[in-house]
Amino acid sequence: MFIRKLTLAAAGAVIGIAGVAATAQADQPIPSLVYRTGAFAPSGIPLANGFADYFNMINLRDGGVNGVKLAVEECDTGYSNDRGVECYDRTKSTGGGATVYNPWSTGITYALIEKATADKIPILSMGYGRTSAANGKVFPYVFNFPATYWSQATSVIQYIADQEGGLDALNGKRFAYIYLDHPYGKEPIPTLDVLAEKFGFTYDKYPVPPASMTEQKSIWLQVRRTRPDYAIMWGWGAMNGTAVREAAAIRFPMDKFIGNWWSGGNDAVVPAGDGSIGYKSASFHGVGTDFGAYEDIKALYEAGGGASADMSEHNNPLWARGVANAAYVVEAIRTAQAEYGDRAITGEEMRWGLENLDLTDARIAEMGLTGYITPVKITCENHEGQNPAILVQQWKGDQWEIISDWVPAMTEVVQPLIAQESEQYARENNITPRECS
Amino acid sequence: MFYREAGVFKTTYSDDMALLPIPLDKFFVLSVIAFMVLVVPFIASEYWLESILIPVLILSLAAIGLNILTGYAGQLSLGTGAFMAAGAYLGYKFVTAFPDINIVVGVLVGGLASAMIGAVFGAPSLRIKGFYLAVTTLAAQFFLIWLFTKQPWFVNYSISGVPTAPPREIFGFLVTGAESNETARYLFVLSFVIVFALIARNLTRGRIGRSWMAIRDMDIAAELIGIKPLQTKLSAFAISSFYCGMAGALWAFCYINIVEPSAFDINRSFQILFMIIIGGLGSILGSFLGAAFIFTLPIFLNNAATGLGLEVSTALIRHVEFMIFGAMIIFFLIVEPHGLARMWSIAKEKLRMWPFPY
Repeated sequence: MFIRKLTLAAAGAVIGIAGVAATAQADQPIPSLVYRTGAFAPSGIPLANGFADYFNMINLRDGGVNGVKLAVEECDTGYSNDRGVECYDRTKSTGGGATVYNPWSTGITYALIEKATADKIPILSMGYGRTSAANGKVFPYVFNFPATYWSQATSVIQYIADQEGGLDALNGKRFAYIYLDHPYGKEPIPTLDVLAEKFGFTYDKYPVPPASMTEQKSIWLQVRRTRPDYAIMWGWGAMNGTAVREAAAIRFPMDKFIGNWWSGGNDAVVPAGDGSIGYKSASFHGVGTDFGAYEDIKALYEAGGGASADMSEHNNPLWARGVANAAYVVEAIRTAQAEYGDRAITGEEMRWGLENLDLTDARIAEMGLTGYITPVKITCENHEGQNPAILVQQWKGDQWEIISDWVPAMTEVVQPLIAQESEQYARENNITPRECS
Repeated sequence: MFYREAGVFKTTYSDDMALLPIPLDKFFVLSVIAFMVLVVPFIASEYWLESILIPVLILSLAAIGLNILTGYAGQLSLGTGAFMAAGAYLGYKFVTAFPDINIVVGVLVGGLASAMIGAVFGAPSLRIKGFYLAVTTLAAQFFLIWLFTKQPWFVNYSISGVPTAPPREIFGFLVTGAESNETARYLFVLSFVIVFALIARNLTRGRIGRSWMAIRDMDIAAELIGIKPLQTKLSAFAISSFYCGMAGALWAFCYINIVEPSAFDINRSFQILFMIIIGGLGSILGSFLGAAFIFTLPIFLNNAATGLGLEVSTALIRHVEFMIFGAMIIFFLIVEPHGLARMWSIAKEKLRMWPFPY
């Protein structure tokens, strides 16, 4: 009895694996590593929905990219690295080979960089992952435009300087840096150290352990005691909402509390209710539904093909981020098709497409995404794009509003760090940086 | 019928003490090993080798380690993840400091470093027992992970804090890092597992293993018959950590190719503890069965749901996976609380009598 059951289960599983491989079509396979379950699902669901919505909208409106349908295949990672690797292995050869991976997790990105490079599949870790991958000479298959964590850190400091009346005003200021104690949260610290020395401010570090993201009372009591001029946060998942709620509880001035772009979703502000009004966060794309292409997305929902259960989710910046990521992917596919012909392209061809992506304002206007995504030009050396910059958005109680112009990053600070880290990486892994002519 | 003992005459002591005294059993185990070494690399797809077999083998090694400590010596530990991390970080440190030394040595050094740390954290076991000991190993879990992430020395001052496993060769074949061929990596991991599973099997039936079991069953009685608790408990901690350390180093070098803390967090410790509970405490075979069950079942369930062509959302599949997985754990624990290894030995008993049970 038991043996028979086990055999049945095993047979089912084998059929399962064979079945996945058999869905091969001439469509463009887009694997989507999502996390709709687990502790990070509140952030993962809107990302996954926005990502799927844009591709499905392109399929519905244009019948795909130049006639090639986009086949999105989701695989749930639960934000765990080994399941992410398993999902990668499972989906990488579907439908003639995966086009591009968007892991939505810094940890999974780290785990996939070498694997994907060996398999010749590009990774687009849009605004996360390994910052030094911006050096295209060492990381030919990894892209992290339109801006990296290090650029973002400099932009946030630049924004604070703008508020205070110039970079000189930073001298003697004291900031609180609240971060997830994880490679992700620690990533900008070297940059902040450089900036602190350069501009004469000090900052206190408040690590939040991932195991107790919702226990931040003691941190915020310390913040209340030290009275920093600004609080900067690098948070994710349940940590964001807790931090904003605790900040509201100690009556920290919300307009001096700036989250990074992963701390700028609705999950960060809704738990604190009205207390979170005025909270700011960085972003690198627009927010809301006020853009041309949204009409087509609405048509998708009317046709019953939308991913979000509730369209009010579309006010969430994380949904917008999913859309923005998908838009970049589609444009890179277009670029690659212009070179290799209007067919399903391979990972290697997609890499070329990403590396030669030149998204102009005119093209963004054609796409109906003016003000929603930023122009990007990628080159062989520079996978971060030419003008890394952030927008600052503020929570108004029912929606986010962009309140700043593009705040440019201090590339002169970030570039040497990128060069230093990527050189160390190349040396340890016996990589000879390729020549970019 | 099968596993027949009738007609098997043992004429020497060494025959009597052989690892597998029944010829059919011996034949079966040898053919499984031969199959894994000679056939699997040719028939298994890349997905199977990379995502199923390599991690299952590595986790089996870690489960053997924990089984030595918990199953044989009776010392409950929640620090498995930390001991794996010690192997991974210190193995990485050694491999990058001495790039010319063979990677096998690197993995072993990772294990040895972990063994020393394990012995230190095992010292409280001389005074405290049971759940209280579990709490001190929990301290190891949090302290070690904190140490490795806090001190940039352990990652060679890499700014990102997540260094990549350095590519290393054996006989001209790359066996670590993502560039390496998955078959080479699989065989590398497999040879470690075969050798050290054999060693573990022999350890547990020898003098050391018997003294572990004596301590487990009743430590005062064991002390009275002359077993020294200090050596016995610390050797259990050291050898267990040695296995976990090797597993951690292999995990970092041959599976995920990066040395990162989140692979060795508290959830990993629990996962391996569940493996030996489901697989069978105090059984080497159980370590393998438990590792395979806990690691692959969720993936199979997930794959099966997708493969049957059901039009359901990704999230639903994952939730159903959690539910079935949980239900199956409860089912197995009710049907056979002593684990899958016990089920296997019952099956063996039945086969011995078949077709004439009494």
